[in-house]
Amino acid sequence: MILRIAPFFFGFLALLLWESVVRLAEVPVYILPGPLAVVGAFLADPAGLLVSLASTLTVTFVALLVAAVLGGSMAIAMAASRMAQAAIQPWAVALQVTPLPAIAPLIIIWVGDPFTSLVVCATIVAFFPLFANTATGLASPPPELGDLFHLYGAGRWKTLVLLRLPAALPYFLSGLRISGGLALVGAVVAELVAGSGGFASGLAYRILEASFRLEMPRMFAALVLLAVAGIAINYGLGLFGRVVLRRWGDG
Amino acid sequence: MLTITNVGRRFPSGTEALRDASLRLNAGDFVALLGPSGCGKSTLLRLIAGLDKPDTGTLTWDAGQPPAPGEVGYVFQDATLLPWASTADNVWLPLRLRGVPRDQAEPAIADVIARVGLKGFEASRPRQLSGGMRMRVSIARALVTKPRLLLMDEPFAALDEFTRHKLQTDLLALHASIGCTVVFVTHSIYEAAFLARRVVLMTPRPGRIAREMASSVKHSADTRLDPAYAALVVEISQAMEAALR
Repeated sequence: MILRIAPFFFGFLALLLWESVVRLAEVPVYILPGPLAVVGAFLADPAGLLVSLASTLTVTFVALLVAAVLGGSMAIAMAASRMAQAAIQPWAVALQVTPLPAIAPLIIIWVGDPFTSLVVCATIVAFFPLFANTATGLASPPPELGDLFHLYGAGRWKTLVLLRLPAALPYFLSGLRISGGLALVGAVVAELVAGSGGFASGLAYRILEASFRLEMPRMFAALVLLAVAGIAINYGLGLFGRVVLRRWGDG
Repeated sequence: MLTITNVGRRFPSGTEALRDASLRLNAGDFVALLGPSGCGKSTLLRLIAGLDKPDTGTLTWDAGQPPAPGEVGYVFQDATLLPWASTADNVWLPLRLRGVPRDQAEPAIADVIARVGLKGFEASRPRQLSGGMRMRVSIARALVTKPRLLLMDEPFAALDEFTRHKLQTDLLALHASIGCTVVFVTHSIYEAAFLARRVVLMTPRPGRIAREMASSVKHSADTRLDPAYAALVVEISQAMEAALR
């Protein structure tokens, strides 16, 4: 019980300390606003910030879905054929090591449509953990089980469906959890790049806008929303994974 | 059932696992392949199963062709169960791979689960079972297709002494009731002497067949106290010393 409330208690103490320091030291609000000022900024325009949050989350989840489908299916293609493995793997790694901020401007110019280009950027970041985890999971059954399937005359398809895919499920789900956070990061980075180009929609643009206007409390409010969204995605996908494994997997 | 003639196997790495091994398997046999680690016992077993091909020599089946899928059961050193599947689903697997639906397979599944003493554990997942119970599931899975030949690759090596003794006794009872041919790979002289009607001793790598010894041990509750069992252990030990020299 104590362990459960400990983080909340610690958070409350930190907020209290923050507010006290800001007030006692008379830190100007454009340098560091106190927590109360941040809450005030949020309450001044909740709809504006929440609409932006919804926009960022839409990009995040669409990107996560696309990354799950692409990463999962490319990992399956790799497991099915050595040729596909040789062809795909180096490009997947290349995609992973390319810094998003460096290619985001290009993507935004090439794709054109703002929403699609944000999704493409976030997908690039979210793709690799899903792809790599699924590939690891597909290759995880011990060779003896492969021998057993071979002994009973099972072809590649049956081995994939009855052995490799179920074995990959926990790996895929943990990849999904990692990629959930990364998709949010990817969406925000892409929004920052797109936002400086004039496309106004997501929370990152609100942060840019507030920083230009020196509206620090509003900037902090947007940051807090992003952090809360990140934590919620992480916990939500973790819970989703546990439920799926309890139902279909080995828990 | 099977005549193995001068079989040799060299792996791509250059390791020669097996050289000129010849062996005759008769229907209903219980043969122990005994030898030190790395002597090619498992390689020979894999060749019999058709999981690997010999470089030299031949395997001639009395039936004229290698057994069809399901006619050979295989038990590995680890239970190698599907961790997400229940006992019954794990046992169903060989039939499932041959396209037998679950409801049709049910009588066969229930029969072998009862035979290995796991009635009441049909719905358990592998992680809920002990090492010995998992091995019982693995044996049930190998028996569900009613194989003519059961190949066992050091199946009890990772179990504790008590569990191993119990499983050895139960395996003999299963062999007596089912009557399939068993080839049992082991590196334990005691296990080979207790289980097999015929002990085939192999030399260290490259594995060759050093000697075959017939067992006159009568199986009963007191087999381990039987002087014939002790004598066989001594005979095998001496043969092994000679093979290692």
